[in-house]
Amino acid sequence: MSQQETIAVAMSGGVDSSTVAAMLCAEGHTVIGLTLQLWNQRRLSGHEGMPEAVQGRCCSIDDVYDARRVAEQIGIPYYVVNQEARFERDVVQPFVREYLHGRTPIPCTLCNNHLKFDQLLLTARSIGAERIATGHYARNEYDPVRDRWILKRPADKAKDQTYFLFGLTQEQLSRTLFPLGHMTKPEVRELAEGYSLALAKKPDSQEICFIPGGDYKLFMEAYLEEQEQPLPDTSGELVTSTGEVVGSHEGVHHFTVGQRKGIQQRLNGHQPNPFYVLQINPDSHRVTVGTEDELLTRAMRVGDLNWISIASLGEPMRVQAKIRHRHEPAWATLQKVSDDEAEAIFDEPQRAVTPGQAAVFYQDDEVVGGGWIR
Amino acid sequence: MRRIYLDANATTQVLPEVLEAMLPFYTQRFGNASSIHQPGQQARAAVEHARASVATLLHCRAAEVVFTSGGTESDNLALFGALQPASEIARGDHLITSAVEHHAILNAAEELERRGVELTVLRPDRAGIISPESLRSAMRQNTRLVSIMLANNETGVIQPIKELAAIAHEGGALFHSDAVQAAGKFEIDAKDLGVDLLSISGHKMYAPQGTGALYVRRGLHLRPLLYGGSHERQRRAGTENLPGIVGLGRAAELAQEYLRAGGPQQLARLRDRLEAGILSGVPQTEINGEGADRVVNTTNLYFAHLEAEALVIALDLKGIAVSGGSACQSGATDPSHVLLAMGLSPERSRASIRFSLSRTTTEDEIDAVLATIPEVVSRLRALSPAWKSAVAV
Repeated sequence: MSQQETIAVAMSGGVDSSTVAAMLCAEGHTVIGLTLQLWNQRRLSGHEGMPEAVQGRCCSIDDVYDARRVAEQIGIPYYVVNQEARFERDVVQPFVREYLHGRTPIPCTLCNNHLKFDQLLLTARSIGAERIATGHYARNEYDPVRDRWILKRPADKAKDQTYFLFGLTQEQLSRTLFPLGHMTKPEVRELAEGYSLALAKKPDSQEICFIPGGDYKLFMEAYLEEQEQPLPDTSGELVTSTGEVVGSHEGVHHFTVGQRKGIQQRLNGHQPNPFYVLQINPDSHRVTVGTEDELLTRAMRVGDLNWISIASLGEPMRVQAKIRHRHEPAWATLQKVSDDEAEAIFDEPQRAVTPGQAAVFYQDDEVVGGGWIR
Repeated sequence: MRRIYLDANATTQVLPEVLEAMLPFYTQRFGNASSIHQPGQQARAAVEHARASVATLLHCRAAEVVFTSGGTESDNLALFGALQPASEIARGDHLITSAVEHHAILNAAEELERRGVELTVLRPDRAGIISPESLRSAMRQNTRLVSIMLANNETGVIQPIKELAAIAHEGGALFHSDAVQAAGKFEIDAKDLGVDLLSISGHKMYAPQGTGALYVRRGLHLRPLLYGGSHERQRRAGTENLPGIVGLGRAAELAQEYLRAGGPQQLARLRDRLEAGILSGVPQTEINGEGADRVVNTTNLYFAHLEAEALVIALDLKGIAVSGGSACQSGATDPSHVLLAMGLSPERSRASIRFSLSRTTTEDEIDAVLATIPEVVSRLRALSPAWKSAVAV
């Protein structure tokens, strides 16, 4: 970053990306602020129970104003780029589809793959910025020995966002800057205050940006109603792992593997031990429930792979696998099944391996690659 | 960086002569035009002078000009005012408008529909023209108002208002025209056009933002939007925006001089030069609204296989201000409803941008734009997957 260049900063209106813009500006780069307009928060607000746009989410108009104010303050050109159509096609629709197929999707990763590091980078390059910078907590660097761009966990392990970035291609990594990768969140806030950014104390966003209030089931109903599509009937039976029918449910999208909430009330009779969701069958609509012990899994298949530190998987490889955002990576041996599928065998059985979530493989701080749990 | 402003259909600068005329009315010659004393009388005189100037521009009587806060208010006053002549909302009345109107008309019409008015939205042909035949066949017994714009903001396409108004009148309906993009760009004779109502906006004709007027044919009773004092012959309550009205009046005088002096012919040369330069200098470009009579300052061009949004940003970074589609609340761009209504594909609509020249645009500026555009477009296309596959074929 020593050489001055034109860099587009993906600005969400939050502290992190605002600080990135201010930092790069201070370093003397020519900075252009870009915000993706991804979803119109008011679109489904007519549906019963759906809240009006909630403040402090990306996609909300207040965040655009915040980003614009920062851009004005630091004196950079700033633009909002409309990607609503692409977001709906590549993120929202798959999100709804996955739940209806008994899987638990991660929209943020899809958004990174299809919007932030694809469309946004394209727009950035179209307007003269060969690289983009984001406020993600991650590090990337080129390793001349392996001739590969490497994605690494950040200094602030609590803020690590590499789990959502496993889909980045070599080309994308080579054109991306993560200036916060070597900083901790408190340091970033301090820096933001140092730059007198008005939003230095703005709280972090937590929920899925296009689902204000966080009720994804309500969102799905509202979205399908807007699309004039009926919510498909995926009601079915609750069964134990031995096939015994113990209850019934009104739709597979109410469940995620490992879930305990909402099972008890759907059972026919009282069961001595608490039940958890073990498996969801998208065809029969059967939801298998069982004890906590039964949630433990030793092996998983992972598809739609993307490799980062390696060109491809050859020999079996020792990795630490992370199977959900808040999961502590666990030792596993990874082996090739096909070009597009791998199997991970954990040293210790893991709780609630959930189809639809990502599995990301690490070696120390490096991201080896990742894929989607089948 | 040198800035070249080719977005006059969004807004125009306040001309120095206009500002000069306005300034005394903020400080020395302030007064409430309704007051009895001398300062009030001075203010009244200034307002009425401005009214006469606007009337001259529209070839109508001064008493037929109602000052408003802008084009949107003028449009709303026309639609709501004409369709609510009685004490309650005119349920069952029929309103006809077109799909290429500004949102000030479209959204007002939709609100009227929610309140019980029957609404027909006419579609234009591929050139953007609303045909007299389509209006004739849409007319009904209960058609009370027809509202068709004089010139389109995005394409510059000019509608055959005289014919359309005659058809409306034959059927016993009133006729309103949104002339916001026409005023000051070509001669408007309200009487000759045969309209009953006609909207103009100050900031599209070198007067300040927040000023406008509605022509209301003599004898036509309008129900007001705002209730208060008896200003504007009880058609628009509220103390007159004195400096703004003075500015609008002065701008109307300057527009009249400009029209008389052959300004539009000169501007047409510049626009044609820009258009021809781009069409010949950049492959796979086309005019939207080609074949129609168009306002001389506007050209809307399709650049195959690129995103207009990125082109607008790239040009802005080079100091050239143009627009593509309509800006939504966040500042992002939505595909133009006008181009979609003309039957152009969403892809084409998203790949089209508008250049709208102003009276101050120079030949030199057009040359600079022509020197910049091919390079910017090539860069965008080089990165466009659609262009790559199109070139490969």
